[in-house]
Amino acid sequence: MVKKSMKQPTIEIKHLVKTYGMVTAVRDVSFTVGEGEIFGLIGPDGAGKTSIIRILVSLLHADSGEALVQGKSVDGAIAYVRAHVGYMPQRFSLYPDLTVEENIDFFGDLFAVPASLQKTRKEKLYDFSKLGPFKKRRAGALSGGMKQKLALSCMLMHEPKVVVLDEPTFGVDPVSREEFWNILKQLSANGTSILVTTAYMDEARLCDRVGLIFEGSLLAVDTPEHLVNTFPTPIYRLSGSAPHVLYEALAQTPLKNRISLFGDGVHILDTQGEGPEALRRQISDIDAPWDALEPIAAGMEDLFLSLMKE
Amino acid sequence: MKQILWSISKKEFRHIFRDVQTLMIVLAYPVVMLFLFGYAITMEMKEIETVLVDRSHTPESRDFKEGLLATSFFKIVKTDIPQNQFETIFQERQARCIIVIPADFARSLHTQPRTKIQLLVDASDPNAANYIQNYITQISAKYNYRINPELAMPFSIEPRLFYNPDLKSYYFFVPGLIAVIILLISALLTSIAIVREKEVGTLEQILVSPVHPVQIIIGKAIPYTVIGFVDSVLVLIMGHFLFEVPVHGSLVLLAFSLLLYILTGLSFGLLVSTITNSQQEAMMATLMATILPTIMLSGFIFPIKSMPAVFQYMAMLIPATHFLEIIRGILLKGSTAQDLVVQLIYLGGIALTLILVSIRKFRMTLE
Repeated sequence: MVKKSMKQPTIEIKHLVKTYGMVTAVRDVSFTVGEGEIFGLIGPDGAGKTSIIRILVSLLHADSGEALVQGKSVDGAIAYVRAHVGYMPQRFSLYPDLTVEENIDFFGDLFAVPASLQKTRKEKLYDFSKLGPFKKRRAGALSGGMKQKLALSCMLMHEPKVVVLDEPTFGVDPVSREEFWNILKQLSANGTSILVTTAYMDEARLCDRVGLIFEGSLLAVDTPEHLVNTFPTPIYRLSGSAPHVLYEALAQTPLKNRISLFGDGVHILDTQGEGPEALRRQISDIDAPWDALEPIAAGMEDLFLSLMKE
Repeated sequence: MKQILWSISKKEFRHIFRDVQTLMIVLAYPVVMLFLFGYAITMEMKEIETVLVDRSHTPESRDFKEGLLATSFFKIVKTDIPQNQFETIFQERQARCIIVIPADFARSLHTQPRTKIQLLVDASDPNAANYIQNYITQISAKYNYRINPELAMPFSIEPRLFYNPDLKSYYFFVPGLIAVIILLISALLTSIAIVREKEVGTLEQILVSPVHPVQIIIGKAIPYTVIGFVDSVLVLIMGHFLFEVPVHGSLVLLAFSLLLYILTGLSFGLLVSTITNSQQEAMMATLMATILPTIMLSGFIFPIKSMPAVFQYMAMLIPATHFLEIIRGILLKGSTAQDLVVQLIYLGGIALTLILVSIRKFRMTLE
């Protein structure tokens, strides 16, 4: 499952720092993405994901540190980076009044893809994205998922070996998200290096490696399996019909710094290793109904929330 | 290089033709403006509501009255009202002037060295008041000359009006209108076209491509140059056939100066787009910076030579100032390139400066 990282990583981020006035958006972030690897940068809104991505694609300048693509510094080789990296911004960035085909053609021209190549690549991308039947439709009339696939197709017209996507599945329905990730998997199988950001924790397991980022700092970098399996703290789930009521009640107890609200109940971190009986005693007098307290395996979100609290 | 320019222009043309509403506005606006200025807003006056009070009732006074009514300039709405109603007439805006021929008019005319006729004018519109006063002075001069031909004036001025002998105001307005409309359209469309891409986020995609900013700018400018040109030809054709504005000079020179002027507008729009971030901002900035100075300071309506020195210098920085001299020269006087070389250099200089500044300011990053 885990691909060996190559001698020369495709993307290298080295001690990146970025400030906007008084606000520090990126604090000394370093990581690498290997050839054919899908690297997920995972964190909530405002964590600094977009700033890192924009520095990498030469749209912003870092205060210090550097970003390298295929061994070339972004600052020193802007032209090279722009010609060899495929970038998909956070917002839908296509022309809504142009058709699917016109959008793809335009980006083909923009990246100086020869006309003869454009035809075959376009057919390939239609196949890939299943957008073929909609090629005469205006981009503005597409569904959210199709828009994202179109944006991806446009960006793949010049067949970049390095692909950078900023929250590509944001606001997209689950079925389309699944499809979108399948396309990314195919790309990576063909040797394309992919850096993708997301705020959806469940997408972490789809990446080869993930970096968890919060308030500009990288908290952990590893494969998703390893991160979750080596989570040191036992976790218990306190379930009930109204988890938010439970959460409010627990917030009044000494456990208040160790609880997180989930859809299926409140997750409690057993940081002291007290065991279920000790926990049960501590919650016995809370003023809210609950059904069960049971140990569960840590998920990516548990990991993230516990790292955030540290 | 060629492929990408064409590709960007093609895309821009598609945006224009698919936005039917804007396209209609762009094409209809100049036509509507021309009609407004040509037919409705003229400086010429006629049928001035007038009250005539003849206290003399003599053949002499009737003779004078006939002189007044010989043209359609005055329209008599009331006659012989008592003095105490004069003010009411003005306040109720029944008339704009009152002419009073005194009771001793005929007698005085034959016995006195000077005879007076009273003219009361509502000067709340000073231009009109001036006009009325001049007109009646001319009429009375004619009358004097008719009844007293031997009383020759020591000298008289015999005016001959060149280039616009009938003083038609649309000779003046049509070129001015072209100056305003072209600047507005070329600057507005360009700035909005670029800022829209900023706003929607598509500029981010274009910026990360290997395309050079100059290519983006030129590619985007081509369609708007074409539209600006079509618009100005439209106004010129209408001006020529509907309002009989002559074209005495060379059409080639005219086309060249039009292109140069459109280029100035485009580069101004470009500059606006580099410093604004939303379509509204861009629109406001362009409207403020084009329409007002072009109408007020370029000599479109008010003569530059009579402005305070500061404004005269400012007028030199306004592209329309030079373009107006060029286009009026070509259309009305048949001026040649040699006659207009200073204006052409000014215009080219302004365009070049604006382009250089905006290319420098057109950032390839988001900072």
